[in-house]
Amino acid sequence: MTLMQNAITAAPLLSVQGLTKRYGPRIGCADVGFDLYPGEVLGIVGESGSGKSTLLSCLAGHQRPDQGRILFDGADVLGFSEAERRRLLRGDWAYVHQNPRDGLRMGVSAGGNVGERLMAVGARNYAAIRESATDWLGRVEIAADRIDDRPSAFSGGMQQRLQIARNLVTGPRLVFMDEPTGGLDVSVQARLLDLLRGLVRDLGLSVVIVTHDLAVVRLLADRLMVMKSGRVVETGLTDQVLDDPQHAYTQLLVSSVLQV
Amino acid sequence: MTDQAYNFAYLDEQTKRMIRRALLKALAIPGYQVPFASREMPMPYGWGTGGVQVTAACLTPDDRLKVIDQGADDTTNAVSIRRFFQRTAAVETTERTADATVIQTRHRIPEQPLAEGQVLVYQVPIPEPLRFLEPRENETRKMHELEEYGLMHVKLYEDIARHGEIATAYAYPVRVEGRYVMDPSPIPKFDNPKLAGNPAIQLFGAGREARIYALPPYSDVVSLDFEDHPFTASKADHACDLCGAGSSYLDEVITDDRGSRMFVCSDTDFCASRQAQGHRGRLSPQGATP
Repeated sequence: MTLMQNAITAAPLLSVQGLTKRYGPRIGCADVGFDLYPGEVLGIVGESGSGKSTLLSCLAGHQRPDQGRILFDGADVLGFSEAERRRLLRGDWAYVHQNPRDGLRMGVSAGGNVGERLMAVGARNYAAIRESATDWLGRVEIAADRIDDRPSAFSGGMQQRLQIARNLVTGPRLVFMDEPTGGLDVSVQARLLDLLRGLVRDLGLSVVIVTHDLAVVRLLADRLMVMKSGRVVETGLTDQVLDDPQHAYTQLLVSSVLQV
Repeated sequence: MTDQAYNFAYLDEQTKRMIRRALLKALAIPGYQVPFASREMPMPYGWGTGGVQVTAACLTPDDRLKVIDQGADDTTNAVSIRRFFQRTAAVETTERTADATVIQTRHRIPEQPLAEGQVLVYQVPIPEPLRFLEPRENETRKMHELEEYGLMHVKLYEDIARHGEIATAYAYPVRVEGRYVMDPSPIPKFDNPKLAGNPAIQLFGAGREARIYALPPYSDVVSLDFEDHPFTASKADHACDLCGAGSSYLDEVITDDRGSRMFVCSDTDFCASRQAQGHRGRLSPQGATP
């Protein structure tokens, strides 16, 4: 297994220690720690209110945690200046929102949406921007003749795929995904998951994916973290956690999935 | 109430002092939008309340004022602002670009090159070039702070994708001294090259938005573009029908309901002085000699 070899030889890409975020007296997430190695997909599951979204927004820099350390490639992200942090957000990092409308510019054509990150990092050649936009639309299975259409003319599944193309165009090393399949019907979900799995494998992306859908993590994630009431209650390889859950809450979670 | 009841140039001295401080700051940081406490002026927003306040703060009794609206000295906006300062400041006025020390303008830069010692005051409706791309003001300020101007190129990209070329014809965004991206007010992009290296002081006042920004003399101003779609200063492909000028910015005037039209210089002073020198265009009255 190449993934395992990577994990042994390489240093962690993202290392989180003792991450805590409180909302007044309440706990958002408490004392979360993990290492994410290059090419690895980490799934975070838990019910609503378990703190998984808080954790993700702290990791991605949308919120500032109260305690803890986040090391990206050995650098302390929380110590970054605003300028450095935002450079990271449009270069090495990417964030896929649950609702594509949050991550897309709805008034700008699909090509412009994909090209924005390129232009943000200094691309100034129209033909080259257009070419990579076309290329990326193809990779997420959007027809090239839709490049000048606005996302508002796209279906929900297409919008989500467009959002993924827009995020991956600059070749980020770390992708955060917040329920990427939420709000899509099951057949579209299945295609999107298939696409995501292909992209993750081909590009060797490191991904932190938050979801309440165990099927999503079963397909995508190498490792799993189960959260409850802001704390991590179980971690392990995905298949191990799902097939042989140890913690009572994980057992409940796994047994709650409807079998068709 | 008589006109003498007003302070010189309408605004009180403390207000002028506040505006001058904003102007000095704006000149010190070319292209940066300086907030100022914009006053109510006796004219509606959109008629040049920002420009009028800047002009009032700059005027001295020795100044000679010229006011143009779309290049013309004789349109409503220009006439009323000129009369406003004649009454409240009793300054000399002129229509000749070369004679003026302060020129308030709406949407044009005069054809005649400006000289050192002249001040050009622009009326600005929307000072924020990123406004229609990013509606959040706190976010656009952050983008200026961190020089995140990729979004400006998204707008130009959209132009090319939709029209095959950069179709933005006025208020064409520029980058000042390699730092701030600035809206040059709705001047035609034909005038953009005149922003750069201009010996005159250029001041921009936005009354409703309460912002002042400026270009000191000889500033470096670059119009944004793509490597493979470079900026071009465009104008109607005609010569002036009254003075025959081939290089001035033209207004298109419909002359009847059968499709006839004429092209005339939008800068009336430039056109009139060329006619006075004997230049003639296609539709000049026959036999009339100066």
